[in-house]
Amino acid sequence: MTRPRTLYEKIWDAHVVEQRPDGTCLIFIDRHLVHEVTSPQAFAGLRASGRTVRRPDLTLAVPDHNLPTTARKDAAGNKLPIADADSAAQLAALEKNAPDFGIRYIDAVAPEQGIVHVVGPEQGFSLPGTTIVCGDSHTACHGGIGALAFGIGTSEVEHVLATQTLLLQPARTMEVRVEGQVGPGVTAKDIILHITGTIGAAGGTGHVIEYTGSAIRALSIEGRLTVSNMAIEGGARAGLIAPDETTFAYLKGRPYAPKGADWDAAVDYWRGLATDPGASYDKVVIIDAADIAPSVTWGTSPEDVVPITGTVPDPASFADPSKQAAAAKSLAYMGLEPGTRMQDVAIENIFIGSCTNSRIEDMRAAAAIVKGRKKAANVKWAIVVPGSGLVKAQAEAEGLDRIFTDAGLEWREPGCSACLAMNPDKVPAGERCASTSNRNFVGRQGPGARTHLVSPAMAAAAAVTGKLTDVRELMG
Amino acid sequence: MTPLDKVEGRAIPFGLKNIDTDVIIPAHWLKTTSREGMGKGAFETLRADPGNLFDSPEYKGAPILIAGDNFGCGSSREHAAWALGDLGIRVVIAPSYSDIFSGNAVKNGILPVVLPQAAIDRLMEVAQTDPVHVDLDTQTVTTPFQDRFIFEIDPFRKMCLLEGLDEISLTEKSDAAIGAYEAKLDAERPWLRPAAA
Repeated sequence: MTRPRTLYEKIWDAHVVEQRPDGTCLIFIDRHLVHEVTSPQAFAGLRASGRTVRRPDLTLAVPDHNLPTTARKDAAGNKLPIADADSAAQLAALEKNAPDFGIRYIDAVAPEQGIVHVVGPEQGFSLPGTTIVCGDSHTACHGGIGALAFGIGTSEVEHVLATQTLLLQPARTMEVRVEGQVGPGVTAKDIILHITGTIGAAGGTGHVIEYTGSAIRALSIEGRLTVSNMAIEGGARAGLIAPDETTFAYLKGRPYAPKGADWDAAVDYWRGLATDPGASYDKVVIIDAADIAPSVTWGTSPEDVVPITGTVPDPASFADPSKQAAAAKSLAYMGLEPGTRMQDVAIENIFIGSCTNSRIEDMRAAAAIVKGRKKAANVKWAIVVPGSGLVKAQAEAEGLDRIFTDAGLEWREPGCSACLAMNPDKVPAGERCASTSNRNFVGRQGPGARTHLVSPAMAAAAAVTGKLTDVRELMG
Repeated sequence: MTPLDKVEGRAIPFGLKNIDTDVIIPAHWLKTTSREGMGKGAFETLRADPGNLFDSPEYKGAPILIAGDNFGCGSSREHAAWALGDLGIRVVIAPSYSDIFSGNAVKNGILPVVLPQAAIDRLMEVAQTDPVHVDLDTQTVTTPFQDRFIFEIDPFRKMCLLEGLDEISLTEKSDAAIGAYEAKLDAERPWLRPAAA
């Protein structure tokens, strides 16, 4: 009998092309997603060395990071130019590189365009049991459908383009088990914020995290993608959730997913991927779902998480001296005093979007809170950025766009937007943003911007009250 | 890639933990199609302070950076490694790194040395006044005061750094093995090829 293996070990073993004497493995990459920001230097490298793309059929390119979220076409349907010259140049480079190297390309104005990590699963390009890479750390997202997916640097992008492989050392494994049922108002985002606060920003370094337990199983694919998306915020390069009937139902019939007899063969294979009984992980963390509240960050590391009912911590309360120093710096940047109730923190900006929280379920959750209410007077800027053109169309078919705009929120075109502020969507210096994105780093949403990470429902609640708010108080 | 063996010089006693790649190189510096010239943007927010370490006469151009736990966390942007390299840094010494950053560093000829916090504390002290010596071949960090710290490094990474190796050329030697794997995949899991959309 073979040794019981974890989901991670099964995917790894199935992708080893060659093992070197020092333990380094040449790993085959099933899917490569490419966007405009981290790829130009890789394509330039290929050109300089006269190399080609080994498997253009396994590669999909889509622009997302730089694109403005304002209208992309004029009334006559013509493409509008991008005002920022550097952004326009990166977009033009991808528009040229994709056809030059024979790669599938989703154009900036195509109906399927969107954030690469929303598009991959939505198109059925990302599949369970595959290895997926992209020059973006939130590639961890695709672990939500049971793919071993991780971010890579530009040199690795070039390596994958040229060879369809990567040279890697096996990771250690970590199980984060969330058992039980979450309370009202607690979403996938609150689960992953709570996990990140528990294990710390480096808790998963060197590991791949598999999320297990009844609270994870109960999540929709949208929710699972949200959880796995932020594996990197806990230091793990990849997250994983075992594929199950929920996964298969989500993927069936999607454009690039297997069809007919191929589909049946694929599902048979996918059913065998779950971690075997008796398999062991290098590290195990167990969390009671009942302990998770709607959560919010107070500092400038994603591990700085408290329940919305909590207060800003005193830096002296941390045992680790370097954490004390970091917390003091964070509070100075965030303009917060220890002991302040999180619910007393006023908010001037709202961002609902990003690869963490821009899928249809996120749009619905935010709209449910906003419906029939108005944006608070002190909220100056509130934007809702759907993750893809297809999410946008679905939301509009359900009338969600009207709910947002009636309340005074802006309804935008898909892209990464204010998550990393590479496009014109930025939070002004010194102002706060309740944001559904994944990082509260210094300057992440613009120089001097102060980010509080929350769920879509919590961001919506802050939009209508003008301060960080316990969403449970607004639920019917 | 420039090979790396021995590095001696001033070490910037930076020391902060959880330094993310947005701090190392803010996103607006990513709007480029080149790898060059990114040192100007390195630690831009911190360097807006005229008294910052990076631009002080003692540490300007220093080849070694001493940092805290989880250095380079966050984004996969290789621009962080390019920016450090362009700033003149060849070695970072920290208790731990994000996995993506340490890989990116090695691919750009930057050595990420891992040492325990006690060693970091001692090197931070030495770095105030004196140079630090890093030897990759013997895997040691030494000071003029007889301190000697031994560090571990993955043998493959060590070889790549010592020889300034181009990984793509190395992998291309496995072309036949990759071809055989692809043929096996097509036979065993033909459904893996993306369906015609």
